[in-house]
Amino acid sequence: MTACRTAKRLARGRMHAVIAPLALLLAIVAASALAFPPLSGRIVDQANIIPAETRNSIEPKLVGLEARSGIQLVVATVTSLENREIEPYANELFRSWKLGERAKNNGVLLLVAPNERRVRIEVGYGLEGTLTDALGKVIISNAITPRFKAGDFGGGISRGIDDIITVLTTDASEWQKRPSLRLDSDQTSDPVNWLAIALLIAFVTLFIVSPGFRWLFLNTLANTGGTTSSRRGDWSGSGGYSGGGTSSGGGFSGGGGSSGGGGASGSW
Amino acid sequence: MLLRLRVIAALVLIGLATSGCGYNAIPTLEEQAKAKWADVQNNYQRRADLIPNLVATVQGYAKQERDVLTAVIEARAKATQTKVDVSQLTDPEKLKQFQDAQNQLSGALGRLIAISENYPDLKSNQNFLALQSQLEGTENRISVARRDYIEAVRAYNTQLRTFPGLIWAATFFRGNKPMAEFAAGNGAQTPPQVKF
Repeated sequence: MTACRTAKRLARGRMHAVIAPLALLLAIVAASALAFPPLSGRIVDQANIIPAETRNSIEPKLVGLEARSGIQLVVATVTSLENREIEPYANELFRSWKLGERAKNNGVLLLVAPNERRVRIEVGYGLEGTLTDALGKVIISNAITPRFKAGDFGGGISRGIDDIITVLTTDASEWQKRPSLRLDSDQTSDPVNWLAIALLIAFVTLFIVSPGFRWLFLNTLANTGGTTSSRRGDWSGSGGYSGGGTSSGGGFSGGGGSSGGGGASGSW
Repeated sequence: MLLRLRVIAALVLIGLATSGCGYNAIPTLEEQAKAKWADVQNNYQRRADLIPNLVATVQGYAKQERDVLTAVIEARAKATQTKVDVSQLTDPEKLKQFQDAQNQLSGALGRLIAISENYPDLKSNQNFLALQSQLEGTENRISVARRDYIEAVRAYNTQLRTFPGLIWAATFFRGNKPMAEFAAGNGAQTPPQVKF
C-alpha cells in the first residue's frame, strides 16, 4: 500500500503540468466549502434567537419524535448564509449533519437565517412523500413567518415544530410505507477494500511463515485443478460488509441520512 | 513446485495491487455517475409532469394568454422527447441538446409565472398555490441533482486521468471514456429560477 502511495506521488511529480490546473480547481472547491456550525444538539442556536423557555419546551418534543418514529428533527439558526441562497446552504448543512437514519433518510431540518430573513424546511429523501413541499410551504407561511414578522422567533419556531411533528406523526401508517423508497448510492467502498487487503496480507504472512499452511493450500489447489478464479471469488466473498453502526453513547449525532433538496422556503 | 509457488505469489501480488490501487474505482464511480444522471432526469421529468396541471389552472383564469400557454406546452413536449441514455453521457452534443430543451422550458415557465402576477384571482387560487410550491421544490431538487451529477462526473473523470486510475483506464477499461462536462451555468448555482 505504501509502495502504491509512493508511486502515486512520484507520478504526480512528473505530471505536474497536467495536475496543476486540477489542483487549482480543488483549491477553489475547498475555498467555497462552507463553515457550518457543529451539530451540538437537536437545537443549534448559532444566531442566539431562541429563548430559553422555548428551547426547554421544544427539546422534549424533538426527543419524543425520534423515540417514537426514528425521525431526526433538528432546529438550526445561523448568523450568516455566507452569501448563498438558503436552498443550497440548507441542503449542504443537512448532508454534512447527516440527519435521519442512513437507510430511511428520515431527517428534517428547520433552518432560520435571521439576518437574511430567510427560513427553510429541508426534508430528507424518505419523508418527501409525507412532509411535501406544498405542506412545508403552508407551515412556513401560516405558522412561522407571521410570528417572525412580529419579532417573535421563539413562537414561530415553536409553532412550526408543532406543525411539522403533527404532519409527520398523525398518520403513522402513511410515513412507514414511504421511507426507504430511495436508496442512497453514496456507499463507502473503503471498509471492503481494507478487509480484502488485511486478508491478503494475513494470507501471505501465513504462506511464508507456516510450511503446514503452504502444504495445505498447495494440496487443495492441486486437487481442485485450475479453478483459481472461483477461489479468488471465495476470498472476497468471505469478507462480509457490515453496515456502519450509528449508535452513540452520549450526545446527539446524525444517523447518516441525506436530502435531495425537498422542502420549502420562505422569507419575512 | 517452485514455479507453482511463483505463480501463486504473483497472483497474490496482483490481488494486493489491484485492491490497493483502486481497480474497482473506475466501475464504481461510473455507476455512481450514471445513477446521479438518472436522478437528474427524474427530477426534470417530475417538473414536466407538473406542467399540464399548471397550464390547466392558469387557463381557467387567463385564457387570453394563448401565446405563453402554447409556448409552455410546446417546450414541454420537446423537453420530454429529448432524453439522454446513460450510454450517451460521453457525448457532449447530446447533453447540450438536453440542456437546451430544458432551458427553453425553464424560459417558457418563467414567462407563464410572470404573467400570472397580473391575475389576482389566479394568484390566490389554492390549487395554483400548491402547484407553485411544488414547482419551486422541483426546481430546487433539479439543482441539487445537477450539483450531485457534476460532482460524480468530476470524480469519475479525475479517476480516469490521474495516476492509479490512469493505468486501469489504459488497460482493462479501455472502453471507458470521460463523461461530458455538464455546464454548471443555468440552475446549478442559483437555485430555484422560478420565484413567486
